[in-house]
Amino acid sequence: MRYSLKEEIKNFSFVLPALSIFFFFYVIPFIYTFFLALHQGSGLSSLKFVGLANFRRLLSPQGTAIIAIFIGGILIVFPFWLRGKIKNRFLKIVKAVSIIAGVICIIYGIKELKEALSSGWMIDKEWWASVGRSFYITLWALTFQNLLAFTLALCVDKAIRTGQIYRAIFFLLPVISEIIFGLLIRSLLLPYPGVLAHFLKRWGLENLVRDWLNDPRYALTTLAFVHCWRGFGWGFVILLAGLQTIPQTLYEAARIDGAGAWQRFTKITFPLMLPVIVLVVILTILGTVQVIGLPMVLTRGGPAGKTTVSVLRIYNDLKNYHAGYASCEGIVLGIILITLSFILLKISNRIKKT
Amino acid sequence: MRYKFKKIILLVLMHTFLILVAISCIFPFIWMINSSLKPNSEFLSDYGFKLPHKIMWKNYYIAFYEGKLGIYFLNSLIYTFISVIGIVLVASLAGYSLSRLQFRGKNFIFHLFLAAMMIPIPAGFVPLYVLLKAVGLLNTRIGYCLAMINVGLSLSIYLYKTFFDNLPRDLEDAARIDGCNRLRIWWHVVLPLAKPATAVVVIFNALNVWNEFVLALVIFSNRNLMPLQVGLKNFASSPVGLTNYTALLAGLTIASLPIIIIYLIMQKHIIKGITAGALVG
Repeated sequence: MRYSLKEEIKNFSFVLPALSIFFFFYVIPFIYTFFLALHQGSGLSSLKFVGLANFRRLLSPQGTAIIAIFIGGILIVFPFWLRGKIKNRFLKIVKAVSIIAGVICIIYGIKELKEALSSGWMIDKEWWASVGRSFYITLWALTFQNLLAFTLALCVDKAIRTGQIYRAIFFLLPVISEIIFGLLIRSLLLPYPGVLAHFLKRWGLENLVRDWLNDPRYALTTLAFVHCWRGFGWGFVILLAGLQTIPQTLYEAARIDGAGAWQRFTKITFPLMLPVIVLVVILTILGTVQVIGLPMVLTRGGPAGKTTVSVLRIYNDLKNYHAGYASCEGIVLGIILITLSFILLKISNRIKKT
Repeated sequence: MRYKFKKIILLVLMHTFLILVAISCIFPFIWMINSSLKPNSEFLSDYGFKLPHKIMWKNYYIAFYEGKLGIYFLNSLIYTFISVIGIVLVASLAGYSLSRLQFRGKNFIFHLFLAAMMIPIPAGFVPLYVLLKAVGLLNTRIGYCLAMINVGLSLSIYLYKTFFDNLPRDLEDAARIDGCNRLRIWWHVVLPLAKPATAVVVIFNALNVWNEFVLALVIFSNRNLMPLQVGLKNFASSPVGLTNYTALLAGLTIASLPIIIIYLIMQKHIIKGITAGALVG
């Protein structure tokens, strides 16, 4: 059934409010990030075009060239990967633009690489250290937090009657904002008045007492631990929802066939839970790398910048009137995150097929 | 017999573990409420582990007026209210038209919203700050609300669209035969039918806006406009918040108690809504 143009415009007007907000607050900022990354300065009026200087400072000239070639490759492969997946008449334009942009990127990258090969590597060490800190916390979250969440979910899955209460309690922390939780834990951990320290001393655990927040050796681990503490409820709830979709008949059949508890776990629970686990892993990575509120109130980026994670650093750059450099950092971090989650999705699809 | 014994031991171990973790989740809040009712000197001598001798409401007074938490609280309420209503209206309109109405480029628009959900922009606040500054929306309520509406938009549109895709068309057809136009069908028929989807959208976005921190931090520099999360951070680093521990804890109680109570009442719906939201995203 074809509609007249007038009808179509009337129908279209329904998406218009959503589309205009989306356009002004998502699409334009998204494109503007790339524009900003090529500039120096803080506001619209004081911007100075510097080309790829920000990227060269961040990644070193060679790094910039290699990344350019990498992105060019992806942009060229992207249309072929997309073939047959989405049908749309705009697709041809998108494909053409993507291939042309990819070729330009590769040509530029090769040219840049030729020029830069002779000089040494000069990356922004401070920035990459902050990315390293983000991934250190993420590593904690992936192992400690998710193992805890999975163990708890397995326990609660067995205890159905009390499960509701546990679920309500564990999910309390993610509902509370990270600012409130961070400030609350901060007042427990501060060396003066030293609430937790006093508690530990009374229980005869004096050698566990540290200056958790102000000692450069422990501050980051403390931050990671507090983050896991607040975050495990998320993984727990999603994993529990996944566990409860596994039909009980499968377990019964396995039990009749003589499978032990461990076998039932590895042969039924784990394979069936794999998509959910991958989802939780991706959500954990995305959530943890982008954490900013917790370090801001818990340790304030200190001591000596030891807990300045990547997004906090981007924020600091913005506040120090380096909006261009900040958006450059944001782009690099975004590319890292997208690549990571894409690889994880691919791996999980591969495993699902076999 | 031996099998049963083993099972009981396992159960005991499991529940001890669960209860320990549960205590670690609740204990900080009980300690917070208990300590917030004490004079600072009493707190410094017993570390907040004993019940208060004399209940000290003055801490709440200090947090509310000197810490300005009253204003921040009100601001948070305003932002959450406006943003959630905005999201429900805008997203249900868009979700309805993307699901039922015909126009060119429909799929493209839907995929655009989907793509926005998939692509993380860790530093999305940087260009937003520069642009809002240029347009003059920095430090305004409306700028922040619009930004928050945008944050919740993609997911809400997706939820509404999938809901309408599974909804039978009969009632809408009846309304159309009775002579309703699109807008009236949406307002009188579709929105009331979409209550389950709206509940999920409201819960998910209300929590999201209430707990949002970074955008508010970037957008507001005027203290009278700040929402609670940013206000708390300011209060914690102000002279009062740095020295008067119990007043700070009173502030934290003011900020968290309403959320805890609402959560405890609506816990089932909140968990359901948020897992539904997260599983999509």
